[in-house]
Parts: sequence; C-alpha cells; structure tokens
Amino acid sequence: MKRFSSFVFDFIRAAFSGGPLFWAWLLFLSFFIAAYGYGQYVQLVNGMIVTGLNDQISWGFYLANFVFMVGVAAAAVTVVFPAYIYKHHDMHKIVVLGEMVAIAAVIMCLLFVVAHMGRPDRAWHLVPGIGILNWPNSMLAWDVIVLNGYLLLNILGGFYFLYKKYTGEPINKWFYLPIVYIAIVWAVSIHTVTAVLINTMPARPMWFHSIMPIKFIITAFAAGPSLIIIVFLLVRRFTPFKIADNAIHLLSQIVTWCLGIALFFMLSEVVTELYPSTEHAGGLKYLMFGHHGLNALVPFYWTSLGLMVGAFILLLIPRVRKNLKILPFLCIAVFLGIWIEKGMGLMLPGVIPTPVGEYAEYTPSNIEYMIVAGIWAFGFFALTILIKGATGIMLEKVKYQETTEQPSTSKHPGTAATA
Amino acid sequence: MEKNSRENNTADIASRRDFLRKAGTYTAASLTGTAMLLSPKPSKATANVSWAEHFQKHYRLMTEEEKAEAIERLEKRYSEEFGKKVSVDGSTAIDGVLFGYALNIQKCIGCRRCVKACVAENNQSRGKEQEIEWIRVLRLEKGNFSEEDRDKGGYPDDYGIQVGGNAYKPAGVVLEGQHYYEPDKVPEKDAFYLPMQCMQCEKPPCVKVCPVRTTYRDPDGIVVIDYNWCIGCRMCIGACPYWARRFNWGEPDLPKEDMNPVTHYLGNRPRMKGVVEKCTFCIQRTRKGRWTACVEVCPVGARKMGNLLDPDSDVRKVLATKKVFRLRADLNTYPKFFYFMD
Repeated sequence: MKRFSSFVFDFIRAAFSGGPLFWAWLLFLSFFIAAYGYGQYVQLVNGMIVTGLNDQISWGFYLANFVFMVGVAAAAVTVVFPAYIYKHHDMHKIVVLGEMVAIAAVIMCLLFVVAHMGRPDRAWHLVPGIGILNWPNSMLAWDVIVLNGYLLLNILGGFYFLYKKYTGEPINKWFYLPIVYIAIVWAVSIHTVTAVLINTMPARPMWFHSIMPIKFIITAFAAGPSLIIIVFLLVRRFTPFKIADNAIHLLSQIVTWCLGIALFFMLSEVVTELYPSTEHAGGLKYLMFGHHGLNALVPFYWTSLGLMVGAFILLLIPRVRKNLKILPFLCIAVFLGIWIEKGMGLMLPGVIPTPVGEYAEYTPSNIEYMIVAGIWAFGFFALTILIKGATGIMLEKVKYQETTEQPSTSKHPGTAATA
Repeated sequence: MEKNSRENNTADIASRRDFLRKAGTYTAASLTGTAMLLSPKPSKATANVSWAEHFQKHYRLMTEEEKAEAIERLEKRYSEEFGKKVSVDGSTAIDGVLFGYALNIQKCIGCRRCVKACVAENNQSRGKEQEIEWIRVLRLEKGNFSEEDRDKGGYPDDYGIQVGGNAYKPAGVVLEGQHYYEPDKVPEKDAFYLPMQCMQCEKPPCVKVCPVRTTYRDPDGIVVIDYNWCIGCRMCIGACPYWARRFNWGEPDLPKEDMNPVTHYLGNRPRMKGVVEKCTFCIQRTRKGRWTACVEVCPVGARKMGNLLDPDSDVRKVLATKKVFRLRADLNTYPKFFYFMD
C-alpha cells in the first residue's frame, strides 16, 4: 500500500514538473477549460436551446467530435499492435504512451457525450442495477459498454506497466499480456460500435451503408497515428525520452496506407451514391455541391478532400515521408482532413436533409464552440500530464526507493482511482 | 403562422450575419437564464422538481403504489405551478384494443386545424423561443406538366421536398412538397396535402435504439415515453423515419391559462427541458373511449381512428373498403397509421 501511494505521489510529481513553457501551456489550456465550465453551466441551466441544434438537425458538433475522438482512441492500437504482434522492439517501450493517448481520448469522448445529452443529470439511468441499460437492443448501450471498458483496460494496462517499472519489479506476463491483447481487439470494437450506432438507421440514408464500420476504422488508423507521430516528435524534442526513427517510420507507413484505403472508400461511396442519384443521395450531394444556395458544408468537403489527397500523394514519396521536418505538417494535414471528414462531412449531411426531405443549415452556436474547444483543451491537459508522468517513470526520473519516507498526505483523490 | 419559429430560423438561408445575431440572442438568453436560477422564486414549470421525483424509477417498473405516489406528486406540483386543479391519469391499456388510424388524403384540405387542436390538447411548448407541433402537414404540388418549368432545371428556386423529379434531364414536371406554406385560402388549386405525425409503428425503430428503454410500446399499440426517465440522447430522433419526434431544447413555454389540466402520465402532462416527446394518439382521451383531438376537430372528416381488433371500427372499415397505403413501407416498421383515398 505504501508503495502504491508513493507511486501515485511520484507520478503526480513527475506529471506536474516542467519549465516555464510547460506551465504556460497548462495555463493556456486552463483558460479554455474555464470557458468550457461556463458554457456547460449555461447549457445545463437553459437547456440545449443555447446550441445551434434543432429538430431538423438534432445531432451536431458535439457528436461529430465524439465520433472523431473515438477514432483517435482506437488508433492507440496501431502502436500496441506492432509492438506485441510483430515484437517490434522500438515500439515496445512506447506502447505506454499510446495508452496515455487512448485514455485522454476516451475521457474526451465521454465529455462530448455529456455535452450532447439533454439530461446529463439522468446519466445514472444508464447504469444497470439502479437504471436500465437497453442491451443488447440499443447500439448506444453497446457503445457505453465498449467505451468504458476500453478506458478501464487502458488505465489498467498503462498504469500497471508504469507501476512495475516504478517499483522495478518484473511484469507478470499472465496478468499484463491478456490485458494488452484484449485491448487490441477492444480498440477495433469501439470504433466499429460507434459506426454501427449511426449506420443502423435506415431513416438516415447517407449513413445506411455497410462500408461505414470499416471506413471508420481505416480513417481512424490514419488520423490516430498522425496524432501519435506528432506526440512522439514532441516527446523527443522536449524530453530526453528516446523514440527511435524506425518507430516513427512505421507509423507514417501505417498512415499512408490507411489514408489511401480511406480515399478509395470515399470514392466508392461517391460513385455508388451519385451514379444513380436517388433521393437517398441527397445528403452526399448537399455536402459536395450544396442545395439551392444552401452550401455551408461545400468548402469543408473540398478542403478535407484536398488535404487528404495532397497528404497522400506526398506521403507516397519515401524521401518526403521519412523527412521528419516535413512529416509533422503532413500529419497535421491528415488529422485536420479526417477531422473535417468526420465532423462536417459525416455527422451533418447524415441528418440533412431530414427524413421528410427538408434542407436546413446548421451553424454551431458560441456556446457549442466554447464547450468543444474546452473539451479539446481538457483532453490536451490530461494528455500532457499523463505523458509527463509516464515519461518521468519510464526515464526513471522517479523510482521507488525503499528507504525514502514519502509523505502520503498529498495523495490525489482523482488518480487514486487508477488502481 | 403555423411555422415553428425555431425550425423556421434554421430553414432560412443562414447568412453569417444572421448567425451572429442569433448567437447574440442566445447569449442574452443565457444570461437571463442564469439570473433566473439565482432568483428565489421559480418562474418556469419544472423548476421545483422534488428529489423524490428526480430519483424515481422507470414508470413501467414501478409498483402500483409507487405509480400512485408518482402521480400524486406530479398532480401536486402541476396544480401549484399552473394555479389550477391538474389531474394526471395513469390508466393502462384496455384489453382487446389495438389503436389504428386512417387519414384520407383526398379529403384533407390542409387547414391545419388538427395541428392547432393537438397543441392545445397536448400541452406542447408554444411561443417564439420554441414552438412544438406533433403534426406537420406537407403541401405537395399537383403533378401538372408545365412548359415554363421545363428549362429551369426542373426545380423551383425554393427548397423543399423533392417528391418526383429526375436525375439529369429536366422533364418539366415538378413535384415539390414542404410543410411551410401560408396560403390565403385552403385548399389551394394546385396542391394536395399529406399530414404526418407519429405512426405508432408495430416495430418502432425509436424503441429499439433507446438506451434506457424510456420509450416503449404499450399493449394497445401506442408508443409512449416516460418523460422522467428520458436522458435526452436523441437516438430516437435519429432513428425515426417519419420525423415524428420533437425535443424540448429549452424549458417548455406553456402559459398557465392555456394549459390543459386533464393529463395522462404517458401523454400530455407538461414536459421538462431536455426530453423527447411526440404524438400519443391522445392517450388521455383514447383510453377513456374518446376521439383524439385531431379526429374531433377535422372539418372534412379526413381523419378516422379506432380499434384495429374490432371489425366494426372506422379504421377497419377503411382498411376493408378503401385503397390504403402506409409511408415508407420498405422499412418494415409496420405503422398503424394508414393513408387512403376514396
């Protein structure tokens, strides 16, 4: 127990130690988090009327970001997978960073869902026992299970590894490896279930495609590793933590191939919809070309496509892909392109036109912008301190010493739950 | 004005300026809301929900005593809030009854009296901020061939529902429909009307997707919602192919004097913000053997309803003698809402 409390204390100490740049970054994020608190408060008091949503477009910015973040969380597997299946040595050490990305992303997902709910005060209705979880009928019930399960698996796997590293004990493979393998399969499941959640509604023909789950996974495996590459490059730059070039090259290859397949899927969808051009193509046509002057989404679609195609062509050139000065920019392009594709490009045209064929435009309100920006800031905040703490332990900056008497009074209630 | 003002706002071509103006209004509204929260006296209908109500079980899982308690609690709160004696009915489905509905599109004149009567009967939110209607009447153009439209790309400039139309070459026949129409007189010469509301499907997609089973099909075939159990995730709105469900985006605006005090727990009792609602075939009336408000008010007798299990009911007679169709039959939702022609 004493070991554990000292682990928690040292993790927090490592997480919150840094130079002026580090503190400035946290302060910068805190500003947005405070605005998020205010926005969420205003929305709770007044209801969802403070958003730009309405009966025509009842799913919007929050869920778009949710879907995207589920993808980022799932993509943590691309780091874990090569490490454990192919015994890729360079990846092995940095798996734990991927898990930290996943934890931060799932936390963001949950916050986006809370923001989307009309009655977050009744979230307990979802808890079996005190509430009712409509499982296995409701796809949302499946999503609740897989997301929370994924969060638990990553916390368990990530922090167990760090704890053992901290105390210097050997890892119990019979405990740790099953968690890792289950997490790999589980990561695929979170994005599959999220895709199935929206593609099982024939009332929304744009989503009603069997290509959706695989497209979700493949775009996630392009966007997620892009983010992870950026995180790794930052970790290399700002901490003495070693991440081999090889690991980054492997990730950028994953990005390239997944992006290519994603573009092929997009092409398949466009041809399937536009060739017969039935009523069901309304959403996609609205997205690509607008509808009688309602064309708010058109620039987003073509920007996203441009970013993805451009990045893909450049990534195909090995010299460019392996240039670590250019790579981060390509990663940002991929990340941004897919973020737009999942947000403006998927969520909104799915609900426009409405089932009775009405076209309406949607612009997020200021409150929505505040909340979304705030949740992103919260996610980056969590990611920063998680990675700080993890690298601190991995670099053996903090290590358990039998003799030192650590004051256990400063135990943090939030992180104590990570056992 | 039949338009839902909130819907109307977004249906307009939203210019940037328009958006900024709206955002300004929302911010102002938020500040008022904050002030309201701080003021000691609740001015909105659901501001003083008791702890007991907040932590009550799902209605369907309550024992008879718990149901009676919940109903008494609601009656007390509503009576206080609306300044009149409000009754909340908990009557259950009658054995041997399966409600069905039939609407004669040949007779419907598009007057929207049903819409108005529904709002008055079922205590929907009204006013500028948020106007909720459970019935929407679509105006469909008659399929006249127009030489003039031939070279206009086949579509009028206005947006709406494309019912007929064509893929590449305009043929000149324009069959557009929409639910925003303001004629001087109904029926209009060049239009016919198709009212839509909850179809009370036998296989309701909304029920299937609800993560907390707050919406369910009662034995008399009416799909109901426990407003106190709804978490506001709006999955049901996404799944409904008939656009029948409405969400209380803000606190419902229900004036005291207009509130209908005869309510049902699963029907027209006042709702709270953040929950979904829809047509319940006027459960508070039909379970007592009365017509729905829309059937009662229809001036041309286009609306018929009754017990599908009773061969002598109006709806069964329609099914037996008229040409009947259902909307989106391809989706296998099996609506109990039929359209027919003479």
